[in-house]
Amino acid sequence: MSNTIQATPGEKLDFYDLVPHEHAAHGSTQIGFWLYLMSDCLIFATLFAIYGVLGANFAAGPSPADLFNLPLVAVSTAALLLSSITYGFAMIDMEEGKKGATLVWLAITGVLGAAFLGCTLYEFSHLIHEGAVPQRSAFLSSFFVLVGTHALHVTFGIVWLITLMVQLGMKGLTPANTIRVQCLSMFWHFLDVIWIGVFTVVYLMGMLR
Amino acid sequence: MSTVTHDHVTDTNAPGAHAHPNPSVHGDGHSHGTRRTYLTGFALSIVLTAIPFWLVMANVIADTTIATLVIMGFGVVQILVHMVYFLHMNTKSEGGWTMMAAIFTIIVIVIALSGSLWVMYHLNTNMMPGHAMDPVNLM
Repeated sequence: MSNTIQATPGEKLDFYDLVPHEHAAHGSTQIGFWLYLMSDCLIFATLFAIYGVLGANFAAGPSPADLFNLPLVAVSTAALLLSSITYGFAMIDMEEGKKGATLVWLAITGVLGAAFLGCTLYEFSHLIHEGAVPQRSAFLSSFFVLVGTHALHVTFGIVWLITLMVQLGMKGLTPANTIRVQCLSMFWHFLDVIWIGVFTVVYLMGMLR
Repeated sequence: MSTVTHDHVTDTNAPGAHAHPNPSVHGDGHSHGTRRTYLTGFALSIVLTAIPFWLVMANVIADTTIATLVIMGFGVVQILVHMVYFLHMNTKSEGGWTMMAAIFTIIVIVIALSGSLWVMYHLNTNMMPGHAMDPVNLM
């Protein structure tokens, strides 16, 4: 293979994969990542199904209308929607070859993601403080699993974002880094799509009952 | 599939190479948005988020069934907007395989969701008399 590291004497080994593998030129990284997202989508579909089935089992405990704070959900939704457009701007600046602007937009995206995560963590701590813990009722178990899984995805998205910013800072807009930024873009926008389902089904419909 | 091959030698390894436009992001079988399409998608998603929040917070629609259906409709439209404007889904990227995978996933999701709700609704209504439950309203 052409990308095997040749250890010739006196030459410094470079383990950082600057040149993409042969398949990358044909875009198989993106289709592979897309298939991962689709399987992740099935995980969320299962969690939505569980919430749909168990979401009305309050066990004489609190219901969504007693617990949820819609203005807070609106703020976190706004943060996530804004982070989608800022990531879009990062993608455009990357395509134009502007490394500095890409990093700035990625940083803003990360801050908005952290703001979203802060809202979720505040809500969770508030609920637990009120005694609305996951083991209180089937509704709360399925709620914490669904929203918690989404929040966990956002957490790992932020970790990935920071890693990618360090890589971009060190190596610049190489083809390999470009593909990584494109994959994180898909991941980030995918989490936004899942959140649309969460705030529609869990929060808005929960308040209606 | 893309038939464009890139000369990666031109834009890699050199520390100052990032000053040039990056050719690796073009012609790779993916369509990319412009500032304009991203802003269009953003404006649409803001509107499609604000309206259902307003409907619920201001209690606009008295009938909860109608309100639920309207909110679900807004959610579905917004998911489509995000798929088109942010995820850049179309029938052409990756030779149509992204669309194929997405359609397959949506079919599986519809079967899993509708099947679970349908079966569990009947199980609940048949097994627990007097327990007023209507999981269909959740979805």
